[in-house]
Amino acid sequence: MSTLAVDKAGPRRKAKYGSMSSDRVWALRWSYFFLTLFAVIALLPPIYMLITSLKSSAEISAATNPWWIFHPTLSNYRELLSSNQFLRFFWNSAIIAVVVVAITMLISVPAAFALARMKFWGSATLATGVFLTYLIPDSLLFIPLFKMFASFGDWTGIQLINRWYVLLFIYPTLTVPFCTWIMIGYFASIPKELDEAAIIDGASWFQTLTRIFIPVALPGLIAATIFAFTVSWAQFLYPLVFTTSTDQLVLPVGITTTLIKGDVFNWGQIMTGALLGAAPPLIIYAFLMDYYIAGLTAGATKG
Amino acid sequence: MAEVNLRKVVKRYDDVEAVRGIDLDIADHEFVVLVGPSGCGKSTTLRMIAGLEDISDGDIMIGGDVVNDVPPKDRDIAMVFQNYALYPHMTVAENMSFGLRLKHYPKAEIKARIDEAARMLDIVELVDRKPKQLSGGQRQRVAMGRAIVRNPKVFLFDEPLSNLDAKLRVQMRIEIKKVHQKVRTTTVYVTHDQVEAMTLADRVVVMNKGRIEQIGTPQDLYHKPATRFVAAFIGSPAMNFLPCQLEENSGRLHVRLTEQIAFPLPPARVARYQGVKPGEKLLLGLRPEHITEAKAHAEPGVETFDAMLDVTEPMGMETLIYFALAGKQVCGRVNPNAGARDGEALRLAIDLNNMHLLNETTGAVI
Repeated sequence: MSTLAVDKAGPRRKAKYGSMSSDRVWALRWSYFFLTLFAVIALLPPIYMLITSLKSSAEISAATNPWWIFHPTLSNYRELLSSNQFLRFFWNSAIIAVVVVAITMLISVPAAFALARMKFWGSATLATGVFLTYLIPDSLLFIPLFKMFASFGDWTGIQLINRWYVLLFIYPTLTVPFCTWIMIGYFASIPKELDEAAIIDGASWFQTLTRIFIPVALPGLIAATIFAFTVSWAQFLYPLVFTTSTDQLVLPVGITTTLIKGDVFNWGQIMTGALLGAAPPLIIYAFLMDYYIAGLTAGATKG
Repeated sequence: MAEVNLRKVVKRYDDVEAVRGIDLDIADHEFVVLVGPSGCGKSTTLRMIAGLEDISDGDIMIGGDVVNDVPPKDRDIAMVFQNYALYPHMTVAENMSFGLRLKHYPKAEIKARIDEAARMLDIVELVDRKPKQLSGGQRQRVAMGRAIVRNPKVFLFDEPLSNLDAKLRVQMRIEIKKVHQKVRTTTVYVTHDQVEAMTLADRVVVMNKGRIEQIGTPQDLYHKPATRFVAAFIGSPAMNFLPCQLEENSGRLHVRLTEQIAFPLPPARVARYQGVKPGEKLLLGLRPEHITEAKAHAEPGVETFDAMLDVTEPMGMETLIYFALAGKQVCGRVNPNAGARDGEALRLAIDLNNMHLLNETTGAVI
């Protein structure tokens, strides 16, 4: 459309703007090329999972075209959804994710508010420090954490190892720093006059947070919620280390440990379990996508 | 409603003194404007009155009580911000009632107050809208409404019109004046715009570099500035300053601008400048409206001379002229029919009855 309009505008303007529009066309072509490439690479595994989940074990192991389903069956879904064990994993994952999200929000929203707004000695350093803790990978932390909880059990007699609820204490070490950081960025983008107006109107700090900041920063809050949920839902290393009994397992660990027996891989059910496990975050994303993007970009430019 | 008193108020940021010991008494019902260039400490002063900034030294009193350590919400003040600071997720009515709701006022009273303020500000049909659905001027009205419904002791305005375009600013200026005439709440208003200061204020406080240069009615500041800063800051186009000396010539005091140009002082001014040492470095301050086209008949204290005009600016009701005198560019205001043209000569008259004489070193008006 734009090229057409430029053509009509006459030769002089065409020379002036022509290069710009061809730049734009090429930029778009490259964008489409890489985006398509990326989408294909990213979507191939789930598509393969879906295909495999609809096959019987016999068809999976048969030397046929792996990308085609000759005898579609829902037997994997039926078996998994009627298995108490799988539903137990699902339930464990769900309760942990929901509680961790709640814990995370209860800690990181007030923390971010304090760090972003209530200027106090060392608040800037503390804000950086909070984010730095997020950069330490969990693969470095799981052994010390395990030792800590084991010692805690030895000293107090309260055994937390191999209990699903130990994860309620551990996941926030991942979610709180990042969510705090997102919320700091979001709160910092709210004009200072807004809290000053609230304070003059007679609001306490707590009322300023709950009645002004949280409603105004709702997109950021939702972004943080989604992040915390996804992290808790998809976490693999910590539950693998901290829980071992079948009834204590969460979904990602449960699928891999119970559906792989020795060197026998029940591929159909593994893929089905993985797909079903991916569904809740997918549904949440789909509903809250716009908020999520708005929240992340606000954090990105202002944080 | 209440008076506001500042006693030797100081604000220090680390080792920078933003406000350097201010004394100011604002009477009940008074509309006082703090004006000055950016960084002069006017906003800091306002924020200290609001309680948004701590006071480093001195006392602030509202209604006779020292409020140094009283939090903003207990000072019974309302503030209007430059960027309106409306709560974006609340409707106009919710914005206006937020403070009252926090204080658990009865619903009926909240509604009555909102209705009254909305009528006063002509925003009755907007009360159910969100701020983003409003224009800049409407938002400013809502911000004022939020202040009015609180019925506070003191209104504080922090450059409320700076975000509006020129036309709207004039309109809102009148609105603010009308509102003050109705509610008569003691008001402290900060602006960098001297026109706003002059038009709104009962008294203007001119600030510079953390100090008060002069306090007075708009007329006082305009006609009797105390310092060169005030003389230059108030009035547009600004006052002309010409280096000069006083000398006695054939028994009369003359103000000498150059070797060639000297004007006799009007008799009424002689006594005032008697004490000035001959040869002391002085500045002659003249407002543009006191440099006009020469009239046919002579007037006492009005001296005429010929000037070569560099630039003329026809404004419609008057024409601004610029020419060089004593090595400085001077601005005058002439009648549009006086025949002022770029690059041409014009016979001009300067009205020395309205002259100011300043000490060039100290900047003080003599």
